[in-house]
Amino acid sequence: MIRESQRQMLAAHFRQVIPAGDYFIHKIRAGDTFRILDLEGNQAADTLFYNADDPAERYSAVDTVRENGNVYLTAGTLLMSNRGNPMLEIVADTCGRHDTLGGACASESNTVRYALDKRCMHSCRDSWMLAINRHEEFGLSKRDITHNINFFMNVPVTAEGGLTFEDGISGAGKYVELEAKMDITVLISNCPQLNNPCNGYNPTPIEVAVWSQ
Amino acid sequence: MSETLIYDYTMPGGHHWSFRMRRGTRLRLTDLEGGANAALLFYNPENLLERYNAPDTLKGQHTFKLTRGNCLYSDMGRCFASVIEDSFGWHDTVCGNLSADACLKKYGEHSYQAFRNGWFLSGEASFLTELAKYGLTERDMAANLNLFSKVYTDEAGNLAYDPSASKPGAQVVLRFDMDTLVLMHTCPHPLNPASAYPRHPVKVEFLTGPAMTEDDYCLNFRPENRRALENTRLYYLDPAISPTVAYQNP
Ligand SMILES: [Zn+2]
Repeated sequence: MIRESQRQMLAAHFRQVIPAGDYFIHKIRAGDTFRILDLEGNQAADTLFYNADDPAERYSAVDTVRENGNVYLTAGTLLMSNRGNPMLEIVADTCGRHDTLGGACASESNTVRYALDKRCMHSCRDSWMLAINRHEEFGLSKRDITHNINFFMNVPVTAEGGLTFEDGISGAGKYVELEAKMDITVLISNCPQLNNPCNGYNPTPIEVAVWSQ
Repeated sequence: MSETLIYDYTMPGGHHWSFRMRRGTRLRLTDLEGGANAALLFYNPENLLERYNAPDTLKGQHTFKLTRGNCLYSDMGRCFASVIEDSFGWHDTVCGNLSADACLKKYGEHSYQAFRNGWFLSGEASFLTELAKYGLTERDMAANLNLFSKVYTDEAGNLAYDPSASKPGAQVVLRFDMDTLVLMHTCPHPLNPASAYPRHPVKVEFLTGPAMTEDDYCLNFRPENRRALENTRLYYLDPAISPTVAYQNP
């Protein structure tokens, strides 16, 4: 569902551009609104959320799709934790659909998906691994790297139970906006994927912005 | 196909268990009465940080459902197990477990104190119990398989559970391609619409069987599976063991 936001980027109290292939780790407070902006289009923002006070509570794809009764994320979707608590609500979305089934690219899964010699190529899960080791203060380890959201990705499920990868939903300037229901640690890998036609083999930067309550 | 039964056990509904499967052995599960849910999670016993990865499994095979031919991928690009036989046809791996809270709301209070082993146990509590036996916590609980439960979507992505898919005698055989720690419960699927706590047994059989050959159905089901199985072979590289299959990276 397309729902635009009235918030102005100039009024945000925090803004940061994340180049393709970089990670972003940041705390946002309950009541804050967090926007991810697809600056040039067809980018994927591979995102994980944790309870900032206790990372054992984290975004859960299975609880989210089950409790919303839907496999796609959009305006109105409540992102649920593994303990059944609402963590964030998608309050604006100019894209209309985001994926939470496909997970993140990894050097290991790239060997499976594309070819065995793709192991050396940079990947989202490698970005997360570096992020959690560079930022031990967030208390995250590999066991916390779970089933993520791919903002701006379109991964339709067919009636026959197939999973297809399509682009054409996102575009330059499209965004998704989330309101935090608890203090949250956000961990993003701005996808460096060079093997997937979805982004035209051209990973591009995203921007994040936070508005305080 | 020469399979030999080495162990069998009928697991009651609403219970949990964990066991280790050796590389090359098979696990045959049978929904004896119909209506069962067999929830599974897989870990590498040598490195418990390596676990079943539902998104890699679905994305790598371009599928939302699991059935014969599918390999069950780890988060390290390897294959825990291959679905070598399946008479059910459409298994879920995106709906997770019924939580203890949801179980109480849906089916009412049925404590151990009052009902002993007839209590209403949730899938979530079952996996937490088994995880703790290996030093694992809720942080290690990944999206699980729900065998014998069919969940499909409409065009708008709405989820629906199909009770008519369940038939007594439905059977799945997993061939383990890695040594695997298996966590299992037989608690109700979270979307099962039954108003009374569904409690259905699952027959669990361990078998030995022939090694994978070049014409293996799962190996050839998708090129991704061949590469995942090649990564698995690499993990076990042992000069004393010659590979049964010569893999090629196309
Ligand atoms: Zn990626």
